[in-house]
Amino acid sequence: MTDRSKKTSISRRSLLKGAAGAAGLAGAGTLLSAPYVHAADPKVLRYLGTAVNEGDEISKKCLADTGIKIEYITATTDDVTKRVITQPNSFDVLDTEYFSLKKLVPSGNIFPLDARKIKEFDNITPVFTKGELPNGKKIGGQGTAPWKVLYLDGPNSKTFSATPTEYVTLIPTVYNADTLGIRPDLIKRPINSWAELLNPEFKGKASILNIPSIGIMDAALVVEATGQYKYADKGNMTKAEIDLTMKVLTEAKKAGQFRAFWKDFNESVNLMASGETVIQSMWSPAVTKVRSMGIACTFQPLKEGYRSWASGFCVSKAVAGGPKLDWAYEFVNWYLSGWAGAYLNRQGYYSAVLSTAKANMTEDEWGYWMEGKPAKSDIKAPDGTLMEKAGAVRDGGSYEDRMGNVVCWNAVMDENDYMVRKWNEFIAA
Amino acid sequence: MAVTIDNSPDTIAPAESTLRKLTMRSIAWLQAGPMMLVFALFFLLPLVLVVVVSAWDYNEYEMIPAFSFRGYTDTFEGCVANLPELCTILKTYLKTLKLCLLTWSLTLLIGFWVAYFLAFHVRSKTWQIVLSLLCTIPFWTSNVIRMIAWIPLLGRNGLVNQGLVGAGFINKPVEWLLFSEFSVVLALVHLFTFFMVVPIFNSMIRIDKRLIEAAYDAGASGWQTLVNIVIPLSKPGIVIGSIFVITIVMGDFVTIGVMGGQQIASAGKIIEARLSALQFPAAAANAVILLGITIIIISALTRIVDVRKEL
Repeated sequence: MTDRSKKTSISRRSLLKGAAGAAGLAGAGTLLSAPYVHAADPKVLRYLGTAVNEGDEISKKCLADTGIKIEYITATTDDVTKRVITQPNSFDVLDTEYFSLKKLVPSGNIFPLDARKIKEFDNITPVFTKGELPNGKKIGGQGTAPWKVLYLDGPNSKTFSATPTEYVTLIPTVYNADTLGIRPDLIKRPINSWAELLNPEFKGKASILNIPSIGIMDAALVVEATGQYKYADKGNMTKAEIDLTMKVLTEAKKAGQFRAFWKDFNESVNLMASGETVIQSMWSPAVTKVRSMGIACTFQPLKEGYRSWASGFCVSKAVAGGPKLDWAYEFVNWYLSGWAGAYLNRQGYYSAVLSTAKANMTEDEWGYWMEGKPAKSDIKAPDGTLMEKAGAVRDGGSYEDRMGNVVCWNAVMDENDYMVRKWNEFIAA
Repeated sequence: MAVTIDNSPDTIAPAESTLRKLTMRSIAWLQAGPMMLVFALFFLLPLVLVVVVSAWDYNEYEMIPAFSFRGYTDTFEGCVANLPELCTILKTYLKTLKLCLLTWSLTLLIGFWVAYFLAFHVRSKTWQIVLSLLCTIPFWTSNVIRMIAWIPLLGRNGLVNQGLVGAGFINKPVEWLLFSEFSVVLALVHLFTFFMVVPIFNSMIRIDKRLIEAAYDAGASGWQTLVNIVIPLSKPGIVIGSIFVITIVMGDFVTIGVMGGQQIASAGKIIEARLSALQFPAAAANAVILLGITIIIISALTRIVDVRKEL
């Protein structure tokens, strides 16, 4: 998930500039307000992550509530990983996705947080801890599912623990279930299977994500949907399975199935809004953005299920032992205490601690976003713009319907090196 | 960059002369020193590191400083086994070279005539400057914005297609205008023609106008003057412009990526994909290969014209 970011119209560069000055000052509103006098020893945390959770509102609210000043360092998912590996001293708190842990944990550059110091840890949704819904339904666990990499054997361990320990790799924050976005006005018939992505009917009008490890999983979902092959684990293929999947993708590419591949949030919005594509893998807030332009776009639930992703917090090794570690705990505890969770839920993501988020949302908001109920009044985005009119129902329905139908998780394969080479071959084909 | 000193041995004693020569020489070194240091630190050293790293091993998350040609052998995977079918790396380079050649010839053609117009048809210095500055307008916005702006123009529902359909030339929108080799070359030419215009204009403006008058007086036709006077004397500019365009296009992956819908292979894209996967040695190996090929092209070009002599 490179740049889930660009949902605000702030470019990465300007975001970085803003962060350099002061995270909270980036918003236009505060530019006009009087200069802010800080306490003698401000508690500052450098927060490295993609822009998913990096809202100005969150840092402002955090500063007001806890006195901790968050300085955002925004990068794409790949660059976040690169930075942790190459410059572990350049950040304090890390916000990243579970699938990158396979690279980060062996590097020894991140420090696991202690579950006992996280107040709400026991209230974290069992999606993360057990791989099941609050109602007990099991969730698909192919790929790098969070519960497989949630715990470490010890504070300095480089191996994941299968059983719960107090050393948590990433304290869960946000997750979602991804599927295909479609233009119902241009397709004009129901879509209910991943197989439609490579249906020749949409020749030249389809698109996938240009991130090899995620693109190949979407292709694998198509391969299974068309009944060509059944994978043991779509998120961890054998070389033969990679070859097979890439062959299917290559044939589709040669036949002209794809209009373009996209890599960042805005590209996916542009492709869909301009009608260049009518069916493509997409992220929930991108669909919302297309819809907010007055263009019909559906985040289409499919019978084979969703591909999911999840992210969370840990800290840099350099922070361990210092005062920043305490601030980091304070920050993470604040984050899970409800306000931020509600903020994320209102964007179409899901918060890791549902109970506290619920307490910060209206009954109508909770009903629309989480229970699949028709909205009683207009649904507004966190910044106040209209997202859905009264009466609308969320695509895919309730939390249980969406998260319950997850079949696989974003992943890094054991054969990642081979897969990247095959991906280059696919692009050259 | 040695300073040449004209010491006549008759007037200065031999010992003194050697001493003087030595000090002069050390002054010359001192003068060249800062530049050399910058060059060594920020160009040669990183380059050496890239070459060294390219021969290292790696795993999912780190480089392993053990000798391994894996980066290279993986890159040329299937080049012999898959014959007669071309392997990935050959296909990629053929595609890159094709795009490079197309872009180079178009920028040269357009750039030459723009420079010619500026140098010989625009009389006043002021207008020459104003018009050259006009050429820089595309650079006023960021590269990415410039590329995204093509979509509403060339897209399926873009202005060009609407115009063509509206005028009745075509029945339904054509697809090849965007996310194709056509759009890639169009964007590259749009971006880089300026790099051709400036050096060629610079060469042309320095052509002694009396040479052209002499040619005219001697009865040469316009075409003969162009071929025998203007083009030979513009050669350094043409070669320098070509070096700019070729080196940029060979390493480009952003323009080719965005305008080609990420479906067109390029040498730069292979490196980017490797970097994103944290496979630094493999990326370095590909960078060394790209560097080698670019150097071959450039040295072939400088064979044709000795740029240093012509300057």
